[in-house]
Amino acid sequence: MRRETLINTVLTLGLLAVPLAAWAMDEPYTITLATKVVILALAGVGLNLALGLGGLVSLGHAMFFGIGGYAAGILASHAQSYDPIMEWPFLIEGTQSMPVIWLLAIVVSALVALATGALSLRTSGVYFIMITLAFGQMFYYFTISWPAYGGEDGLSIYVRDRFPGLNTLDPMHFFGLCFALLMLGLFIVARISRSGFGLALNAARQNEARVRAVGIEPYRLRLIAFVISGAITGLAGALYADLNRFVSPVMFSWQTSGEIMIFVILGGVARLFGPVAGAALFIILEEVLGGVSDYWHIYLGALLLIVVLFARGGLIGLLAGRNGGGGHD
Amino acid sequence: MDLVLLIEQLLNGLQFGVMLFLMAAGLTLIFGVMGLINLAHGSLYMVGAFAAAAVASATGSFTLALIASLAAAAIAGVIVEMVVIRRLYDRDHLDQVLATFALILIFSEGTRWVFGSFPLYLDVPSALSGAVDLPFGISYPAYRLAIIGIGFVVAFGLFLLITRTRIGMRIRAGESDREMIAALGVNIAVLYTAVFALGAALAGFAGALVGAIQSVQVGMGEPVLILAFVTIVIGGIGSIRGAFVGALLVGLTDTMGRVLLPVLFGAFMNPSAATSIGSALASMSIYILMAAILLFKPTGLYGSA
Repeated sequence: MRRETLINTVLTLGLLAVPLAAWAMDEPYTITLATKVVILALAGVGLNLALGLGGLVSLGHAMFFGIGGYAAGILASHAQSYDPIMEWPFLIEGTQSMPVIWLLAIVVSALVALATGALSLRTSGVYFIMITLAFGQMFYYFTISWPAYGGEDGLSIYVRDRFPGLNTLDPMHFFGLCFALLMLGLFIVARISRSGFGLALNAARQNEARVRAVGIEPYRLRLIAFVISGAITGLAGALYADLNRFVSPVMFSWQTSGEIMIFVILGGVARLFGPVAGAALFIILEEVLGGVSDYWHIYLGALLLIVVLFARGGLIGLLAGRNGGGGHD
Repeated sequence: MDLVLLIEQLLNGLQFGVMLFLMAAGLTLIFGVMGLINLAHGSLYMVGAFAAAAVASATGSFTLALIASLAAAAIAGVIVEMVVIRRLYDRDHLDQVLATFALILIFSEGTRWVFGSFPLYLDVPSALSGAVDLPFGISYPAYRLAIIGIGFVVAFGLFLLITRTRIGMRIRAGESDREMIAALGVNIAVLYTAVFALGAALAGFAGALVGAIQSVQVGMGEPVLILAFVTIVIGGIGSIRGAFVGALLVGLTDTMGRVLLPVLFGAFMNPSAATSIGSALASMSIYILMAAILLFKPTGLYGSA
């Protein structure tokens, strides 16, 4: 067994064992923390597809996270008030059913990723970073100044949305649901990275000219990757809204984009389980350092600086060594 | 909409644009010469504002406060460059974004630690506290007018520095071929530190000037930072002229959009819907402008491919 596979297995089992132990000891707060790790990891898994495999440094993934969140928030708020979203030309009502919300979150995120990606991918390098940031900011300011859904104050989801056959109000049930989706997301990304499409995408990151020379158009590969990436992060946003039972423009802020990127980097860019390790480390740090000092961001900043300057493979790179994984150059 | 209000808003837009230029000039120089994306530029703006507020409350002198903002931001810039930034020059953009994002966290929380979470206030100097009467019966705050003047003077000075002096020549040479000027005996490490310190000082200076209009608080740098990035992307990264044009475009678009769009929508909608749609669109207007410009010129107005 490769060391990275071993680490991935340990991470998965650990992520399952912690909430199970907390459940046995009746500590719902720990289960909620584990759920947060799982959801943020899923957001990172989405970004990692664009960033790690495609080399697309998107500083606008909060856009998809927020869209997912607002998809959940808006549908639930209409369902709560029994006020249909639109009556003409056909009736659309709000819903509290998770599968419907997820579907909407994925579809809308994918469409927005298609539109913004088609424009952004015309640029590259710094311009790409900045234009994705700009698209994220557009959504941020739009939600702040659009009064219909709470504006700056955000929206509350009074009762967590429902999933057929499960009691989502039970933290353990909700955790299991999120965990299953994370595993599904990881499985999809793993399959993509081993597929012909994934190999071509990886090749386009490493050497665009050669990929072009064999007759593959990098633009299309990147656009498809960006769309899938946005859709996965959007799904995570919908789950995050249900975890907090609250959505606000903060989900769209560029700091959120930065944090999703931090999960990916802390864990290890282009490592399949990198975002999982990164999100877990981030939440553990937040809990531990946040308890020690109100100013825990200083330590987080210092740690991040050290990882970027000296430990470039992230946590998984540190544990598994450089070879293996399609490391980021 | 009367003419007086319109001219007032134009002046506001100009003042905003000029401030953005002070931020954007440093960013674009640092990117042009060193190839570095510096997200922590907003933190240097904040450092300048806090230094000015602290010195102003200790001495009561606005001039000393401005000098303090320049000095504090430049010193912070030199320290950051020597400890962290110079390790990032030959890294890719992803590493630069993350390391400077980490610096933002450290700067913001550090400032909160030292000064607390409450905003500080910096008073407009008494000599400039009144309003000035302009033609057409317009009365405009003297301080904002002074900012516009200072901005144009700094822009002109920067232009002279880059095009007419030996150090400017070296900076331009560093932009086009860093190995070559190193081979010609220019100490490239010192040049880079100097450029970074210059950019930092400009940012700190902008922070102090704006600090007297708005409150001085942790996190004040980030909104301006994003706008400054929009500015240099519109102008073309690395171009001072582009930064100037971009800054005025962004400043005017943002300010005029906020005034004109609600009025425009009010022409064919009920007032409350017009206000909310107008202000929502106005807050997005500069990002729409940026996306539109990048569509036609993917490297900005004055950028080279």
